[in-house]
Amino acid sequence: MLLIACPWCGPRDEAEFHYGPEAHHDHPADPALLSDEEWGRYLFFHDNTHGPRAERCCHSAGCRRWFHTVRDTAHHEILAVHRIGEPKPETA
Amino acid sequence: MSADARAADAVEHPEWLWHAAEPKKSYDVVIVGGGGHGLATAHYLARNHGITRVAVLEKGWLAGGNMARNTAIIRSNYLLDASAALYEHALKLWEGLAEDLDYPLLFSQRGVLNLAHSPQDVRDGVRRVEANALNGVDAEWLDAEQAREVCPILNISPEARYPVLGATYQPRAGIAKHDHVAWGLARSAAAAGVDLVENCEVTGIDVRAGRVTGVRTTRGVIAADRVALCAAGHSSRLAALAGFPLPLQSHPLQALVTELLEPVHPTVVMSNAVHAYVSQAHKGELVLGAGIDAYNAYTQRGAFHIVERQMAALLELFPLFARAHVLRAWAGVVDVSPDASPVIGHTPVEHLYVNCGWGTGGFKATPAAGWVLAHTLAHDTAHPLGAPFGLERFTTGALVDEHGAAAVAH
Repeated sequence: MLLIACPWCGPRDEAEFHYGPEAHHDHPADPALLSDEEWGRYLFFHDNTHGPRAERCCHSAGCRRWFHTVRDTAHHEILAVHRIGEPKPETA
Repeated sequence: MSADARAADAVEHPEWLWHAAEPKKSYDVVIVGGGGHGLATAHYLARNHGITRVAVLEKGWLAGGNMARNTAIIRSNYLLDASAALYEHALKLWEGLAEDLDYPLLFSQRGVLNLAHSPQDVRDGVRRVEANALNGVDAEWLDAEQAREVCPILNISPEARYPVLGATYQPRAGIAKHDHVAWGLARSAAAAGVDLVENCEVTGIDVRAGRVTGVRTTRGVIAADRVALCAAGHSSRLAALAGFPLPLQSHPLQALVTELLEPVHPTVVMSNAVHAYVSQAHKGELVLGAGIDAYNAYTQRGAFHIVERQMAALLELFPLFARAHVLRAWAGVVDVSPDASPVIGHTPVEHLYVNCGWGTGGFKATPAAGWVLAHTLAHDTAHPLGAPFGLERFTTGALVDEHGAAAVAH
């Protein structure tokens, strides 16, 4: 089980969290301006990186707040944790 | 005697089922991925289309990915017309595959129960049975007592945490021995002249003027007129090499086996609601499967709390299993698509084709996936069964939403 460092509560077991989708995949400002292809890209195509990946996480059994993690999908190591609104940290 | 009847005795292996091939400089068709789907594609390229200047490139060993990491369940009781046609084609091929390959596959049509635990599950199940009947797929709706008659060890007590209210039943569903399926397909393809190249990882895909010209591998550059990607959970990585994205997310999917037990479980039981499914293999081990782990990963191992919940759910359904010991657990990396349906056919690169997005249910489709993809490779046109599953549906919006019938959490 992963140990995930909630930015507000500190390190807690993975079972306390809910996994969110890819981070920084923001809703388009004006969807009506998008072509079908661009809208399809937003809806259906998400980062599926083998390596460090920014994703959302909710501490649903704790403070119930959302935040971001950067986790390596090749071996689960969590490289960084950052709050909503903060830029994705450099993890290279 | 049929090939599967002969399998009642332990299979006598010849010294070689196929010979490992050295990669040649060029092929008509290169198939990336030596799992069930890649091998089936090679088999049907040769069998149906006479195309044998073919290489199957596998980064590890043949059938060592999800083909070795699945629960070997075969069924075709999908809801929508396009899916029912595709999976029923697969089931019909399964029914003749041991003969076709002249190799025992231990294909056992012992039926599958898909349990309903809520009034909505019941409505969904009845709807799916009716849809199956309209599509010529065998299906029945059973109440809880009838489900227990099919599977006497099933706990149908109303006191259960999620009581069984009924089940869909497909008698022609079943299981097969996954290793034998891979070996039979590999032997057939190799005998037809296909090169099966192991320890050969694709590290680049060459595209010139919008058309694929070959692949770069850890064993050299290989030219190819056509290339097919059959790499399941690693499909996104390969597509990225060719410069286009796929609408896939790769997740671990866990399963476990117990020690060998006397025959106790006569069918296959699946439950959407509690994310668990179980059958008993020919040797006697219970084969237990879970839903996917929530996070994306390429690790081939999943989280313990997922299987802990799965085991708790299974013990409610099968109190008898409380004494069974789990011997082994594993995870495959599955490629989950937005509509729980596969992606088959053309890509933005000419003569480069994909077969992916099968998510948690690719094994059952093995022969049909190969059949359809071989057709597309041979004719550069979609097979009628594959046409609804093209990549373009993620622009047009014509999704094939099978989240209900895909049976485990997507």
